[in-house]
Amino acid sequence: MRRIISVLVENEPGALSRIVGLFSQRNYNIETLTVAPTEDATLSRLTITTAGKPQVIEQITKQLNKLIDVVKLVDLTEGTHVERELMLIKVRASGAMRAEVKRSADIFRGQIVDVTSSVYTIQLTGTSDKLDAFIEAIGAASVLEVVRSGVTGMARGEKVLSL
Amino acid sequence: MELLSGADMVVRSLADEGVEYIYGYPGGALLHVYDALFRQDKVTHILVRHEQAATHMADGYARATGKPGVVLVTSGPGATNTITGIATAYMDSIPMVILSGQVPSDFIGTDMFQETDMIGVSRPIVKHSFLVKKAEDIPETIRKAFYLAQTGRPGPVVVDLPKDITNINDKYEYKYPEKVKIRSYNPPQKGHTGQTRKAVELLLKARRPVIYSGGGVILGHASEQLTRLAKKLNMPVTNTLMGLGAYPGSDRQFLGMPGMHGSYAANLAMHHSDLILAVGARFDDRVTNSTEKFCPSAKIIHIDIDPASISKTVTADVPIVGPVAPVLEEMNRMVEDSGRLPDQDALGNWWKQIDDWRESRGGLFGYDRGNGETIKPQQVIETLYEVTRDSDPFITSDVGQHQMFAAQYFRFDKPNRWINSGGLGTMGFGFPAAMGVKLSFPDSPVACVTGEGSIQMNIQELSTCLQYDLGVKIINLNNQALGMVRQWQDMQYNSRYSHSYMESLPDFVKLVESYGHVGIRVERPEELRPALERAFALKDRLVFLDVNVDPGEHVYPMHIKDGSMRDMWLSKTERT
Repeated sequence: MRRIISVLVENEPGALSRIVGLFSQRNYNIETLTVAPTEDATLSRLTITTAGKPQVIEQITKQLNKLIDVVKLVDLTEGTHVERELMLIKVRASGAMRAEVKRSADIFRGQIVDVTSSVYTIQLTGTSDKLDAFIEAIGAASVLEVVRSGVTGMARGEKVLSL
Repeated sequence: MELLSGADMVVRSLADEGVEYIYGYPGGALLHVYDALFRQDKVTHILVRHEQAATHMADGYARATGKPGVVLVTSGPGATNTITGIATAYMDSIPMVILSGQVPSDFIGTDMFQETDMIGVSRPIVKHSFLVKKAEDIPETIRKAFYLAQTGRPGPVVVDLPKDITNINDKYEYKYPEKVKIRSYNPPQKGHTGQTRKAVELLLKARRPVIYSGGGVILGHASEQLTRLAKKLNMPVTNTLMGLGAYPGSDRQFLGMPGMHGSYAANLAMHHSDLILAVGARFDDRVTNSTEKFCPSAKIIHIDIDPASISKTVTADVPIVGPVAPVLEEMNRMVEDSGRLPDQDALGNWWKQIDDWRESRGGLFGYDRGNGETIKPQQVIETLYEVTRDSDPFITSDVGQHQMFAAQYFRFDKPNRWINSGGLGTMGFGFPAAMGVKLSFPDSPVACVTGEGSIQMNIQELSTCLQYDLGVKIINLNNQALGMVRQWQDMQYNSRYSHSYMESLPDFVKLVESYGHVGIRVERPEELRPALERAFALKDRLVFLDVNVDPGEHVYPMHIKDGSMRDMWLSKTERT
């Protein structure tokens, strides 16, 4: 089962390697990982998407919590949450294709952020599924390059992950 | 305020932490620190012959005293040589602080001479680690390292010290912090009362209970509370390999160790029980055999300070996260207050069943004593026990058949007396561990039970023992083979002895004599007891007993792979 785990860690050198190391050392899988400092300069926030049986997910959260650099964590998928991923996608756009790509981008509420005579670079945000669907809609043959930020998210409503 | 150099701060911090001994080996990146050591007399440094031995000495000290062991090594090879010892301590949750030298800050990452990324290399086997960036941070970092190493679930902590910050010419204000706080680290101080109450209710209703207690009871100083609870409820107790001594081994309620080489009675009692009280034990694969077939009718109460240990391999019905001593204390109180006891008829029948199991095998670990012509390894341990039992001995071991024989046949009545590498299974551990114990308990007998394979993995420390007059006794169960490997080859590979024999063994007696120690060869059963008595009578001398034991002996019982706890080989020909 797919899970999104949000982690607040000390913004210290080595903290990220301890977390990534834990996953490989214990044979857990990481699908996406994002990390950046928060409004509190002493903290970084990581979002990890992973998949596994409930017992494995329980071990992942417990083992993460054991790391001294980990201040707090929450499994976002345990409750309602908002999740987003950002994608930049470079697409072949010449001739008749040009209008078609523009139309698809509009349907998916993407923005064209760079243009040449034969290429559009489109920025798209949404759930990972939506990004997958866009790639499919465009057709693999037209896609020149894709970069995705990985999933980030937070719980809905009053619930916050902070100190 | 006092002004000290970084190097002097390192040593003063250790003194202010109350450290008596550090075990180490000097080298380029640490020369400032070694100079500071030379100019003081509060902390005693023990010079080993290989850094791995320094970690095992520190480990032995920690297991015997309950205090963190401290290691000091240089960068590069000095640091990497500690890895096996750090992993050993990590697997058994032993408090240890490892101070490693590092190349100067500005050269980190340049592949400088004797540079290794010690923080990176040790990362998966430490509780935490620190790379100290500024000399001013040394006292607080060392304080934090000791705090982390010995609180919560204990473990090893590495402090990496770049050479420039220990420069003896740059001085800074020194103050050792009394307290440190780490906001992300709050180990539990007590258990959940509601959960404990549920557990007590189950204990009082149990008809076939077993207490399964592990190394956590020793680390958590809860032997007294555990013994009181077991006595009050008249429950059978099994101690894991790591937990031997937490409940008195010579007591009637003690069933021996459980698991792969556990007793018939302990394994059957676990399998047929209706309630297992697991205390500071981690349902290790060497205990449970197949987790799917594990104890089918038992409810499980699991007390552990580490939430990650609970329901990791076997799901707990009543999990209790907390330090074992206060949780057991609360259980004792609740049982007292309830004025109730478990169903005495049911418990009486359970004990009768257990006693039948025990007697049917001629005791906890009955064995074939042979024709009296060869020395049985089991007999060596039994005699060692008889000769030393009244003098409160410490027994360390290496890894293999001799380790299992020691765990089976020596009856440990107190915690912290049995010292072995249970989790990692590190050959070469026992001898340096015994040295670490002997330094701190010079008046107690300290013996290392070993084999001719294991002892050669750290035999260079005979030299350290000469330097510091460490009168440990080495009991070498010499069967001229890697016994445990050969046992598996006998049982699973049609006795194809691939690389499990030891050709070209040294003459151990002459070898130890060359280091100025005493060597005794024991070849006949009747020589055994007098040799052991002589060895322990030579109080201040290192005595190496090279005992020729029956090379064909196997360790039994032995779990049958993928079976339940009751599926065992009982001898070469009998199985359950």
